[in-house]
Amino acid sequence: MTQVKAGTKLDPARTEFYRELLHQMLRIRRLEERAAEAYALGQIGGFCHLYIGQEAVAVGSITPLRDDDYVITSYRDHGHAIVRGISAQGIMAELYGKATGCSGGKGGSMHLFDAATNFLGGHAIVGGQIPIAAGVGFAVAYRGGDQVCVCYFGDAAANIGSFHESLNIASLWKLPTIFICENNRYGMGTALGRASTTEDIATRACAYDIAAATVDGMDVIAVHDAMSEAITRARNEKKPTLLDIQTYRFVGHSMSDPVHGVYRTQEEVEEEKEQDPISRFCRRLEQDGIMGVKDFEALDDEIKKEMDDAVAFAENSPDPEPEALYTNVYAD
Amino acid sequence: MRTVTYRDALNEALREEMERDPDVFLMGEEVGVYQGAYKVSRGLLDQFGPDRVVDTPIAELGFAGIGVGAAMVGLRPVIEFMTWNFALLAIDQIVNSAAKMLSMSDGQFPIPIVFRGPGGAALQLAGQHSQAFESWYAHIPGLKVVAPADAADAKGLLKAAIRDNNPVVVLEGEMLYNVKGEIPDGEHVVPIGQAAIKREGDDVTIVCHSKTVVPALKAAETLAKDGIDAEVIDLRTIRPLDLDTLTRSVEKTNRCVIAEEGWPVCGIGAQVAYDLQERAFDYLDAPITRVTGADVPMPYNKKLERAAKTNPERITEAVRSVTYTSA
Repeated sequence: MTQVKAGTKLDPARTEFYRELLHQMLRIRRLEERAAEAYALGQIGGFCHLYIGQEAVAVGSITPLRDDDYVITSYRDHGHAIVRGISAQGIMAELYGKATGCSGGKGGSMHLFDAATNFLGGHAIVGGQIPIAAGVGFAVAYRGGDQVCVCYFGDAAANIGSFHESLNIASLWKLPTIFICENNRYGMGTALGRASTTEDIATRACAYDIAAATVDGMDVIAVHDAMSEAITRARNEKKPTLLDIQTYRFVGHSMSDPVHGVYRTQEEVEEEKEQDPISRFCRRLEQDGIMGVKDFEALDDEIKKEMDDAVAFAENSPDPEPEALYTNVYAD
Repeated sequence: MRTVTYRDALNEALREEMERDPDVFLMGEEVGVYQGAYKVSRGLLDQFGPDRVVDTPIAELGFAGIGVGAAMVGLRPVIEFMTWNFALLAIDQIVNSAAKMLSMSDGQFPIPIVFRGPGGAALQLAGQHSQAFESWYAHIPGLKVVAPADAADAKGLLKAAIRDNNPVVVLEGEMLYNVKGEIPDGEHVVPIGQAAIKREGDDVTIVCHSKTVVPALKAAETLAKDGIDAEVIDLRTIRPLDLDTLTRSVEKTNRCVIAEEGWPVCGIGAQVAYDLQERAFDYLDAPITRVTGADVPMPYNKKLERAAKTNPERITEAVRSVTYTSA
């Protein structure tokens, strides 16, 4: 097991790369803020699980992927979807349940899908996507390809049977699947230590002879570096990896749930917010002379316009036709 | 025509489809080295190798989900459950993943997958190994469900299931594997969604499927001696039901008995009876009746087990009641 540490000084030659990491994290943050507003106004229904606080995980782990790799995740899927390449318009329209949404208004917040970017969906039964991801890895190996499949799930899913069955099989059959535990320390309102015999999820990999790493999930560069190693292992050695990426959600489990209360204190949330992956990365960019406040503001203005446009698109889009009720239940 | 066992008919279907399409593979417990718990996959490992005939750990949820993932990116998995009783551990992947992916993605991700294995009771296997799950899977939009009763349909329906672009549940009969039947030479595919009239008759329609086809035909022979001419219809596909064939028959016979192996509550018979009263109410001369398995977990004791099962005598009795010819 390796402990991935944040790098030292940022390299000015990689400014465009750093800018892109920040750009993607900010896009998630602004998308989620607009989703929260729309939810409060009743424009978005159902369950809506926001990704605020966890942005460095999706950005650090999806940016090193190739276009022909695969991404699959849980119901907390907006962040992965937008970084993978689904437009903010397509996501927001889906949250609004509109025909122009990336799942045609049939999936909603928890079931964003996009075949064009190999985004294999948000899945809303805890742990359900884990064997599916192993199956995608199986298909890659079956065809002799060199793609990888990255699979996201929360810390609570590391206790479910499908997690253990999938890790065992992925190791046994040498499947190029990267299992990412987005460890935000709470399965809804249950602290990890109340649900798991160990709080060190990476140790679970030992039982299945899988390479693992514990990663600072509030440091986008650390996530990117750990993921790059895992990708090399999957692509070249055809071996899976388990990454325990430690993060924190600054919002409630879903829009219907409180930010803090019986299961965690306000003080804890405020303290964790000091590790906000976006402001932390901005501080580092500034300190190392890569970008400055004006750059951040310009980037943010651009993103706010993108999100304004996405909200307008969603609002102005039509609902699915009534006939859509019976379409795509069966394939021809 | 050739005479083969139901087991070998399934084997032929797998072999031919794997030869035809390199994307088709078989995965499950004991399918490879052991040649199949019921020898359905005999010889396939030798012919196709371990990449396409894949032995799994005992991890039904895991390998069912692996099948779904492989199907999601274009392969055509055939997932074998040693029995459908064990598939209860995998039903999350069948119902929540396979059946819903196309709809949730609004058409972007079809799941061309077959889940197959033996269902229903064998002999004295008691509560956990003697269950017919037709109605569980037939309840789910997004799934197709077939239950072949003889060798020809076993081959033809499995081939159709493998070629279908949807998840198809194939419920085989554990007690049918050794039963021989004629199958046509050459390519033989039975379309999903078509019932078969196994015996024509004018006086009563007996609806059956899978293991209840033989007792239904036996009952029809007994009844014929008393001048009651029964039409026997094998559903073959449980979802979608071939309601046109059923309706035409009942419009002719005006009476209907539905025989099934499973439990009565929310069973297949309940659904068929509802559909027929809706479509052919004015043609019915008697209430539709059902013969089902007893509404109990299957007991081990041989006599109790026999009493719990659908048999020709109970079907005969039910026909006498709807034809008002009971002694």
